[in-house]
Amino acid sequence: MRHDVTLRVNGVVNRHTVESRQLLVHHLRETLGLTGTHVGCDTSNCGACTVLLDGVAVKSCTVFTVAADGGEVLTVEGLAQDGQLTPVQEGFRQCHGLQCGYCTPGMVVSATGLLLDRPDPSPEEIREGLEGNLCRCTGYQMIVESVRWAADHGGPGAVAEAHRSRTEAGTP
Amino acid sequence: MIPAEFDYVAASSLEDALRLLGEHGDEAKLLAGGHSLIPLMKFRLAAPSVLVDISRLPELRTLRPSDGHLRLGAGLRIRDLELSPVVREQVPLLAAAAASVGDRQVRARATVGGTVVHGDPAADIPAVLVTLDATLVLRGPAGERELSAAEFFVDFWETACGLDEVLVEIVVPALPGRRWAFEKFRQRSQDWATVGVAVQETADGEHAVGLVNMAPVPWRASPVEDALRSGAAVPEAAGHAAEGAAPPSDLRGDSAYRAHLAQVLTAKALTTAGAGS
Repeated sequence: MRHDVTLRVNGVVNRHTVESRQLLVHHLRETLGLTGTHVGCDTSNCGACTVLLDGVAVKSCTVFTVAADGGEVLTVEGLAQDGQLTPVQEGFRQCHGLQCGYCTPGMVVSATGLLLDRPDPSPEEIREGLEGNLCRCTGYQMIVESVRWAADHGGPGAVAEAHRSRTEAGTP
Repeated sequence: MIPAEFDYVAASSLEDALRLLGEHGDEAKLLAGGHSLIPLMKFRLAAPSVLVDISRLPELRTLRPSDGHLRLGAGLRIRDLELSPVVREQVPLLAAAAASVGDRQVRARATVGGTVVHGDPAADIPAVLVTLDATLVLRGPAGERELSAAEFFVDFWETACGLDEVLVEIVVPALPGRRWAFEKFRQRSQDWATVGVAVQETADGEHAVGLVNMAPVPWRASPVEDALRSGAAVPEAAGHAAEGAAPPSDLRGDSAYRAHLAQVLTAKALTTAGAGS
Protein backbone atom coordinates (compact mmCIF):
# COMPACT_ATOMS: atom_id res chain seq x y z
CA MET A 1 0.00 0.00 0.00
CA ARG A 2 1.14 3.54 -0.73
CA HIS A 3 1.00 6.62 1.43
CA ASP A 4 1.38 10.34 0.90
CA VAL A 5 4.25 11.58 2.99
CA THR A 6 5.42 15.11 3.68
CA LEU A 7 8.98 15.61 4.87
CA ARG A 8 11.04 18.72 5.31
CA VAL A 9 14.51 17.73 4.11
CA ASN A 10 17.38 20.21 4.42
CA GLY A 11 14.85 22.99 4.72
CA VAL A 12 12.82 22.04 1.63
CA VAL A 13 9.33 20.60 2.02
CA ASN A 14 8.79 17.52 -0.17
CA ARG A 15 5.57 15.60 -0.80
CA HIS A 16 5.83 12.10 -2.23
CA THR A 17 3.83 8.92 -2.41
CA VAL A 18 5.84 6.06 -0.92
CA GLU A 19 5.44 2.36 -0.28
CA SER A 20 4.92 1.37 3.35
CA ARG A 21 8.10 -0.66 3.30
CA GLN A 22 10.35 2.03 1.89
CA LEU A 23 13.22 2.87 4.23
CA LEU A 24 14.12 6.50 4.82
CA VAL A 25 17.63 6.03 3.44
CA HIS A 26 16.21 4.87 0.11
CA HIS A 27 13.80 7.78 0.01
CA LEU A 28 16.66 10.20 0.52
CA ARG A 29 18.96 8.57 -2.01
CA GLU A 30 16.62 7.37 -4.72
CA THR A 31 13.64 9.70 -4.62
CA LEU A 32 15.36 12.91 -3.56
CA GLY A 33 18.78 12.16 -5.09
CA LEU A 34 20.58 12.95 -1.84
CA THR A 35 23.26 10.27 -2.19
CA GLY A 36 25.52 11.70 0.50
CA THR A 37 23.71 9.49 2.98
CA HIS A 38 25.27 6.08 2.44
CA VAL A 39 24.07 2.52 2.85
CA GLY A 40 26.77 0.55 4.61
CA CYS A 41 25.85 -2.54 6.61
CA ASP A 42 22.07 -2.07 6.15
CA THR A 43 21.60 -3.60 9.64
CA SER A 44 21.81 -0.50 11.90
CA ASN A 45 25.37 -1.25 12.97
CA CYS A 46 27.70 0.92 10.88
CA GLY A 47 26.06 4.35 10.98
CA ALA A 48 26.90 5.31 7.36
CA CYS A 49 23.20 6.15 6.88
CA THR A 50 23.02 8.53 9.87
CA VAL A 51 20.85 11.63 9.46
CA LEU A 52 19.28 14.01 11.93
CA LEU A 53 15.55 13.28 12.22
CA ASP A 54 13.62 15.77 14.31
CA GLY A 55 16.74 16.95 16.04
CA VAL A 56 18.52 13.70 16.86
CA ALA A 57 20.91 11.43 14.95
CA VAL A 58 19.22 8.23 13.74
CA LYS A 59 20.08 5.40 11.37
CA SER A 60 17.94 5.98 8.30
CA CYS A 61 18.25 2.33 7.20
CA THR A 62 16.06 1.43 10.19
CA VAL A 63 13.30 4.01 9.85
CA PHE A 64 10.35 3.63 7.49
CA THR A 65 9.78 6.78 5.43
CA VAL A 66 6.08 6.69 6.25
CA ALA A 67 6.85 6.59 9.97
CA ALA A 68 8.79 9.85 9.60
CA ASP A 69 5.81 11.60 7.94
CA GLY A 70 5.58 15.23 8.98
CA GLY A 71 9.13 15.20 10.29
CA GLU A 72 12.21 17.19 9.52
CA VAL A 73 15.41 15.63 8.22
CA LEU A 74 18.90 17.10 7.99
CA THR A 75 21.39 15.20 5.83
CA VAL A 76 25.07 15.87 5.17
CA GLU A 77 24.08 17.89 2.09
CA GLY A 78 22.18 20.33 4.29
CA LEU A 79 25.09 21.26 6.55
CA ALA A 80 27.29 23.59 4.50
CA GLN A 81 25.71 26.90 3.49
CA ASP A 82 26.91 28.79 0.41
CA GLY A 83 30.05 26.70 0.27
CA GLN A 84 30.89 27.46 3.89
CA LEU A 85 31.66 24.21 5.71
CA THR A 86 30.34 23.69 9.23
CA PRO A 87 32.90 23.43 12.05
CA VAL A 88 32.49 19.63 12.02
CA GLN A 89 33.14 19.40 8.29
CA GLU A 90 36.07 21.80 8.57
CA GLY A 91 37.40 19.77 11.52
CA PHE A 92 37.47 16.59 9.42
CA ARG A 93 39.37 18.56 6.76
CA GLN A 94 41.85 20.17 9.15
CA CYS A 95 42.56 17.00 11.15
CA HIS A 96 42.41 14.51 8.26
CA GLY A 97 39.42 12.72 9.81
CA LEU A 98 38.85 10.55 6.75
CA GLN A 99 40.62 8.31 4.30
CA CYS A 100 38.31 6.50 1.87
CA GLY A 101 35.38 8.70 2.85
CA TYR A 102 32.65 6.08 2.85
CA CYS A 103 31.76 6.48 6.54
CA THR A 104 32.36 10.24 6.50
CA PRO A 105 28.84 11.61 5.87
CA GLY A 106 27.51 9.42 8.67
CA MET A 107 30.42 10.37 10.94
CA VAL A 108 29.92 14.08 10.27
CA VAL A 109 26.18 13.97 10.92
CA SER A 110 26.61 11.74 13.97
CA ALA A 111 29.30 14.05 15.37
CA THR A 112 26.99 17.01 14.72
CA GLY A 113 24.26 15.27 16.73
CA LEU A 114 26.74 14.52 19.50
CA LEU A 115 27.82 18.16 19.73
CA LEU A 116 24.18 19.27 19.88
CA ASP A 117 23.83 17.09 22.99
CA ARG A 118 27.26 17.69 24.41
CA PRO A 119 29.01 20.84 23.20
CA ASP A 120 32.32 20.19 24.95
CA PRO A 121 32.98 16.43 24.89
CA SER A 122 36.17 14.82 26.14
CA PRO A 123 38.02 12.50 23.72
CA GLU A 124 36.55 9.61 25.71
CA GLU A 125 33.03 11.01 25.31
CA ILE A 126 33.62 11.47 21.58
CA ARG A 127 34.69 7.83 21.24
CA GLU A 128 31.62 6.68 23.14
CA GLY A 129 29.38 9.13 21.34
CA LEU A 130 30.47 7.82 17.94
CA GLU A 131 30.28 4.13 18.86
CA GLY A 132 27.44 3.76 16.38
CA ASN A 133 29.66 4.73 13.45
CA LEU A 134 32.25 2.34 12.08
CA CYS A 135 35.34 3.43 10.16
CA ARG A 136 37.59 0.81 8.61
CA CYS A 137 40.39 3.18 7.58
CA THR A 138 41.39 5.73 10.16
CA GLY A 139 41.58 3.84 13.43
CA TYR A 140 39.38 6.67 14.77
CA GLN A 141 42.12 8.80 16.33
CA MET A 142 41.94 11.52 13.66
CA ILE A 143 38.14 11.43 13.79
CA VAL A 144 38.21 12.09 17.52
CA GLU A 145 40.62 14.97 16.90
CA SER A 146 38.35 16.32 14.15
CA VAL A 147 35.32 16.39 16.43
CA ARG A 148 37.35 17.98 19.19
CA TRP A 149 38.52 20.60 16.69
CA ALA A 150 34.88 21.32 15.84
CA ALA A 151 34.01 21.70 19.52
CA ASP A 152 36.75 24.32 19.78
CA HIS A 153 35.67 26.15 16.61
CA GLY A 154 31.94 26.76 16.85
CA GLY A 155 30.39 23.35 17.58
CA PRO A 156 27.62 21.71 15.58
CA GLY A 157 26.97 24.75 13.37
CA ALA A 158 24.06 27.12 12.90
CA VAL A 159 22.01 24.92 10.58
CA ALA A 160 22.02 21.97 12.97
CA GLU A 161 21.28 24.18 15.96
CA ALA A 162 18.32 25.75 14.16
CA HIS A 163 17.12 22.28 13.10
CA ARG A 164 17.19 21.05 16.66
CA SER A 165 15.50 24.07 18.17
CA ARG A 166 12.67 23.71 15.62
CA THR A 167 12.13 20.00 16.01
CA GLU A 168 13.18 18.36 19.22
CA ALA A 169 10.30 17.53 21.47
CA GLY A 170 12.62 17.36 24.45
CA THR A 171 13.07 14.79 27.17
CA PRO A 172 10.08 13.99 29.36
CA MET B 1 17.50 -5.42 2.25
CA ILE B 2 13.84 -4.66 1.74
CA PRO B 3 11.08 -6.04 3.99
CA ALA B 4 8.20 -8.00 2.51
CA GLU B 5 5.19 -5.88 1.62
CA PHE B 6 2.89 -4.80 4.40
CA ASP B 7 0.33 -2.16 5.12
CA TYR B 8 1.01 0.65 7.56
CA VAL B 9 -1.48 2.33 9.83
CA ALA B 10 -0.64 5.07 12.30
CA ALA B 11 -2.87 4.53 15.33
CA SER B 12 -4.65 7.72 16.34
CA SER B 13 -5.00 6.64 19.97
CA LEU B 14 -4.40 3.67 22.23
CA GLU B 15 -8.02 2.61 21.72
CA ASP B 16 -7.50 2.80 17.98
CA ALA B 17 -4.37 0.63 18.28
CA LEU B 18 -6.31 -1.98 20.29
CA ARG B 19 -9.12 -1.93 17.72
CA LEU B 20 -6.62 -2.45 14.87
CA LEU B 21 -4.96 -5.33 16.73
CA GLY B 22 -8.37 -6.93 17.27
CA GLU B 23 -9.24 -6.48 13.61
CA HIS B 24 -6.03 -7.93 12.17
CA GLY B 25 -5.19 -10.58 14.76
CA ASP B 26 -1.84 -12.31 14.33
CA GLU B 27 -1.31 -10.61 10.94
CA ALA B 28 -0.55 -7.35 12.74
CA LYS B 29 2.49 -6.14 14.63
CA LEU B 30 2.95 -2.99 16.67
CA LEU B 31 5.65 -0.62 15.44
CA ALA B 32 7.30 1.60 18.04
CA GLY B 33 11.00 2.40 17.58
CA GLY B 34 11.36 -0.51 15.17
CA HIS B 35 14.92 -1.35 16.20
CA SER B 36 14.17 -5.01 16.82
CA LEU B 37 11.28 -5.38 14.37
CA ILE B 38 12.64 -3.63 11.28
CA PRO B 39 15.89 -5.67 11.17
CA LEU B 40 13.80 -8.85 11.57
CA MET B 41 11.59 -7.71 8.71
CA LYS B 42 14.58 -6.85 6.52
CA PHE B 43 15.99 -10.33 7.08
CA ARG B 44 12.46 -11.64 6.34
CA LEU B 45 12.42 -13.42 9.68
CA ALA B 46 9.21 -11.51 10.32
CA ALA B 47 6.65 -10.60 7.68
CA PRO B 48 3.59 -9.06 9.34
CA SER B 49 0.97 -7.92 6.84
CA VAL B 50 -0.02 -4.86 8.90
CA LEU B 51 2.10 -2.55 11.03
CA VAL B 52 0.25 -0.47 13.60
CA ASP B 53 2.45 2.52 14.45
CA ILE B 54 2.11 3.54 18.10
CA SER B 55 5.34 5.54 18.26
CA ARG B 56 3.58 8.90 18.21
CA LEU B 57 0.93 8.31 20.83
CA PRO B 58 1.48 10.91 23.57
CA GLU B 59 -0.31 8.67 26.09
CA LEU B 60 2.59 6.19 25.78
CA ARG B 61 5.27 8.84 26.30
CA THR B 62 4.44 9.85 29.86
CA LEU B 63 6.81 9.74 32.83
CA ARG B 64 5.26 10.32 36.22
CA PRO B 65 6.19 9.73 39.85
CA SER B 66 3.51 7.91 41.81
CA ASP B 67 3.56 6.71 45.39
CA GLY B 68 7.25 5.86 45.71
CA HIS B 69 7.40 4.62 42.15
CA LEU B 70 8.08 5.92 38.66
CA ARG B 71 5.54 5.10 35.97
CA LEU B 72 7.25 5.00 32.58
CA GLY B 73 5.23 5.13 29.37
CA ALA B 74 6.17 2.20 27.16
CA GLY B 75 6.73 4.55 24.22
CA LEU B 76 9.60 6.42 25.88
CA ARG B 77 12.79 6.12 23.87
CA ILE B 78 15.83 4.54 25.51
CA ARG B 79 17.43 7.95 25.06
CA ASP B 80 14.67 9.47 27.21
CA LEU B 81 15.54 7.12 30.09
CA GLU B 82 19.23 7.82 29.65
CA LEU B 83 18.82 11.60 29.75
CA SER B 84 15.83 12.13 32.03
CA PRO B 85 16.93 13.89 35.24
CA VAL B 86 14.06 12.17 37.09
CA VAL B 87 15.10 8.67 36.03
CA ARG B 88 18.76 9.44 36.72
CA GLU B 89 17.95 10.55 40.23
CA GLN B 90 15.19 8.12 41.18
CA VAL B 91 16.28 4.94 39.37
CA PRO B 92 19.94 5.48 38.44
CA LEU B 93 20.45 1.77 37.65
CA LEU B 94 17.87 2.04 34.88
CA ALA B 95 19.38 5.25 33.51
CA ALA B 96 22.86 3.68 33.47
CA ALA B 97 21.67 0.52 31.75
CA ALA B 98 19.78 2.65 29.21
CA ALA B 99 22.97 4.60 28.45
CA SER B 100 24.75 1.34 27.58
CA VAL B 101 22.14 0.03 25.12
CA GLY B 102 23.30 -0.16 21.49
CA ASP B 103 24.63 3.21 20.39
CA ARG B 104 23.38 6.82 20.39
CA GLN B 105 21.42 6.51 17.18
CA VAL B 106 19.79 3.26 18.28
CA ARG B 107 18.86 4.74 21.66
CA ALA B 108 17.29 7.72 19.89
CA ARG B 109 14.69 5.45 18.21
CA ALA B 110 14.37 2.27 20.27
CA THR B 111 11.70 2.35 22.95
CA VAL B 112 11.64 0.85 26.43
CA GLY B 113 8.38 -0.94 25.61
CA GLY B 114 9.86 -2.37 22.44
CA THR B 115 12.88 -3.92 24.09
CA VAL B 116 10.67 -5.34 26.85
CA VAL B 117 8.06 -6.88 24.55
CA HIS B 118 10.73 -8.24 22.20
CA GLY B 119 11.86 -10.34 25.17
CA ASP B 120 15.47 -10.83 24.16
CA PRO B 121 17.42 -12.17 27.17
CA ALA B 122 20.55 -10.50 25.76
CA ALA B 123 18.96 -7.06 26.13
CA ASP B 124 19.90 -4.90 29.12
CA ILE B 125 16.65 -3.23 30.13
CA PRO B 126 14.65 -6.46 30.71
CA ALA B 127 17.24 -7.78 33.19
CA VAL B 128 17.19 -4.46 35.03
CA LEU B 129 13.38 -4.61 35.28
CA VAL B 130 13.57 -8.13 36.70
CA THR B 131 16.14 -6.87 39.21
CA LEU B 132 13.92 -3.94 40.21
CA ASP B 133 10.80 -6.14 40.57
CA ALA B 134 9.11 -3.87 38.03
CA THR B 135 5.42 -4.16 37.23
CA LEU B 136 4.28 -4.21 33.60
CA VAL B 137 0.87 -2.79 32.75
CA LEU B 138 -0.86 -4.32 29.72
CA ARG B 139 -3.99 -2.97 28.06
CA GLY B 140 -6.21 -5.31 26.08
CA PRO B 141 -9.80 -5.56 24.90
CA ALA B 142 -10.87 -6.67 28.38
CA GLY B 143 -9.12 -3.79 30.14
CA GLU B 144 -5.84 -3.55 32.01
CA ARG B 145 -3.84 -6.18 33.79
CA GLU B 146 -0.58 -6.00 35.68
CA LEU B 147 2.21 -8.56 35.68
CA SER B 148 5.48 -8.68 37.54
CA ALA B 149 8.57 -8.66 35.33
CA ALA B 150 9.27 -12.21 36.52
CA GLU B 151 5.86 -13.35 35.22
CA PHE B 152 6.10 -11.35 32.02
CA PHE B 153 9.22 -12.94 30.50
CA VAL B 154 8.24 -16.47 29.50
CA ASP B 155 10.97 -17.81 27.21
CA PHE B 156 13.44 -16.76 24.50
CA TRP B 157 11.75 -13.90 22.56
CA GLU B 158 8.49 -14.89 24.24
CA THR B 159 6.52 -12.82 26.74
CA ALA B 160 3.10 -12.96 28.36
CA CYS B 161 1.90 -10.02 26.25
CA GLY B 162 -1.08 -11.23 24.20
CA LEU B 163 -1.47 -10.55 20.47
CA ASP B 164 -4.39 -8.26 21.28
CA GLU B 165 -2.59 -6.39 24.06
CA VAL B 166 -0.37 -3.32 24.26
CA LEU B 167 2.26 -2.81 26.95
CA VAL B 168 1.38 0.66 28.18
CA GLU B 169 3.38 1.30 31.31
CA ILE B 170 6.35 0.06 33.27
CA VAL B 171 6.32 0.76 37.00
CA VAL B 172 9.64 0.77 38.83
CA PRO B 173 10.40 1.61 42.46
CA ALA B 174 12.02 4.99 43.08
CA LEU B 175 15.25 4.30 44.95
CA PRO B 176 17.13 7.59 45.18
CA GLY B 177 20.36 7.33 47.12
CA ARG B 178 20.34 3.51 47.18
CA ARG B 179 23.48 1.89 45.82
CA TRP B 180 23.54 0.04 42.53
CA ALA B 181 25.87 -1.24 39.83
CA PHE B 182 25.63 -2.29 36.21
CA GLU B 183 28.43 -4.37 34.73
CA LYS B 184 28.44 -5.37 31.09
CA PHE B 185 31.09 -7.34 29.26
CA ARG B 186 31.14 -7.07 25.49
CA GLN B 187 33.69 -7.51 22.76
CA ARG B 188 32.93 -4.25 20.95
CA SER B 189 31.43 -1.09 22.41
CA GLN B 190 28.05 -1.36 20.67
CA ASP B 191 27.68 -5.14 21.05
CA TRP B 192 25.07 -6.99 23.02
CA ALA B 193 26.33 -8.07 26.43
CA THR B 194 28.20 -11.36 26.45
CA VAL B 195 27.07 -11.26 30.07
CA GLY B 196 25.67 -8.35 32.06
CA VAL B 197 24.94 -7.94 35.76
CA ALA B 198 22.57 -5.49 37.45
CA VAL B 199 22.68 -5.02 41.21
CA GLN B 200 20.28 -2.83 43.17
CA GLU B 201 20.23 -2.13 46.88
CA THR B 202 16.56 -2.37 47.82
CA ALA B 203 14.56 -0.13 50.15
CA ASP B 204 15.16 -2.59 53.01
CA GLY B 205 18.91 -2.64 52.42
CA GLU B 206 19.19 -6.02 50.69
CA HIS B 207 20.73 -6.54 47.25
CA ALA B 208 18.81 -7.72 44.19
CA VAL B 209 20.85 -9.27 41.38
CA GLY B 210 19.79 -9.72 37.74
CA LEU B 211 21.73 -11.21 34.84
CA VAL B 212 21.76 -10.39 31.12
CA ASN B 213 22.20 -13.21 28.59
CA MET B 214 22.51 -16.04 31.10
CA ALA B 215 19.24 -17.88 30.38
CA PRO B 216 16.38 -17.89 27.86
CA VAL B 217 14.83 -15.09 29.95
CA PRO B 218 16.30 -12.15 31.85
CA TRP B 219 17.54 -13.92 34.95
CA ARG B 220 17.20 -13.16 38.64
CA ALA B 221 20.18 -14.62 40.48
CA SER B 222 18.27 -15.59 43.64
CA PRO B 223 20.99 -17.94 44.97
CA VAL B 224 23.36 -14.96 45.20
CA GLU B 225 20.75 -12.96 47.09
CA ASP B 226 20.05 -15.88 49.44
CA ALA B 227 23.75 -16.30 50.16
CA LEU B 228 24.12 -12.61 51.00
CA ARG B 229 21.06 -12.77 53.22
CA SER B 230 22.57 -15.64 55.17
CA GLY B 231 25.74 -13.66 55.74
CA ALA B 232 28.04 -14.81 52.94
CA ALA B 233 30.83 -12.45 51.88
CA VAL B 234 30.82 -11.06 48.35
CA PRO B 235 33.23 -13.57 46.75
CA GLU B 236 31.32 -16.52 48.15
CA ALA B 237 27.90 -15.10 47.23
CA ALA B 238 29.05 -14.24 43.69
CA GLY B 239 30.15 -17.86 43.29
CA HIS B 240 26.45 -18.73 43.11
CA ALA B 241 25.78 -16.39 40.18
CA ALA B 242 25.29 -19.06 37.51
CA GLU B 243 23.42 -21.46 39.78
CA GLY B 244 20.21 -22.56 38.09
CA ALA B 245 20.91 -20.39 35.03
CA ALA B 246 21.23 -21.80 31.50
CA PRO B 247 23.75 -19.61 29.69
CA PRO B 248 23.82 -19.97 25.90
CA SER B 249 26.86 -21.00 23.88
CA ASP B 250 27.60 -18.91 20.81
CA LEU B 251 30.45 -17.17 18.98
CA ARG B 252 30.99 -14.78 21.88
CA GLY B 253 31.50 -17.50 24.43
CA ASP B 254 30.39 -20.94 25.52
CA SER B 255 28.19 -21.51 28.50
CA ALA B 256 31.06 -22.39 30.86
CA TYR B 257 32.81 -19.14 29.94
CA ARG B 258 29.60 -17.20 30.53
CA ALA B 259 29.10 -18.90 33.90
CA HIS B 260 32.60 -17.85 34.94
CA LEU B 261 32.07 -14.32 33.62
CA ALA B 262 28.81 -14.02 35.55
CA GLN B 263 30.62 -14.83 38.79
CA VAL B 264 33.41 -12.32 38.12
CA LEU B 265 31.05 -9.53 37.11
CA THR B 266 28.65 -10.24 39.96
CA ALA B 267 31.48 -9.94 42.50
CA LYS B 268 32.50 -6.64 40.94
CA ALA B 269 28.94 -5.29 40.85
CA LEU B 270 28.16 -6.38 44.42
CA THR B 271 31.29 -4.65 45.65
CA THR B 272 30.40 -1.44 43.81
CA ALA B 273 26.87 -1.57 45.24
CA GLY B 274 28.19 -1.97 48.77
CA ALA B 275 27.00 -5.52 49.43
CA GLY B 276 28.54 -7.35 52.34
CA SER B 277 29.89 -4.15 53.88
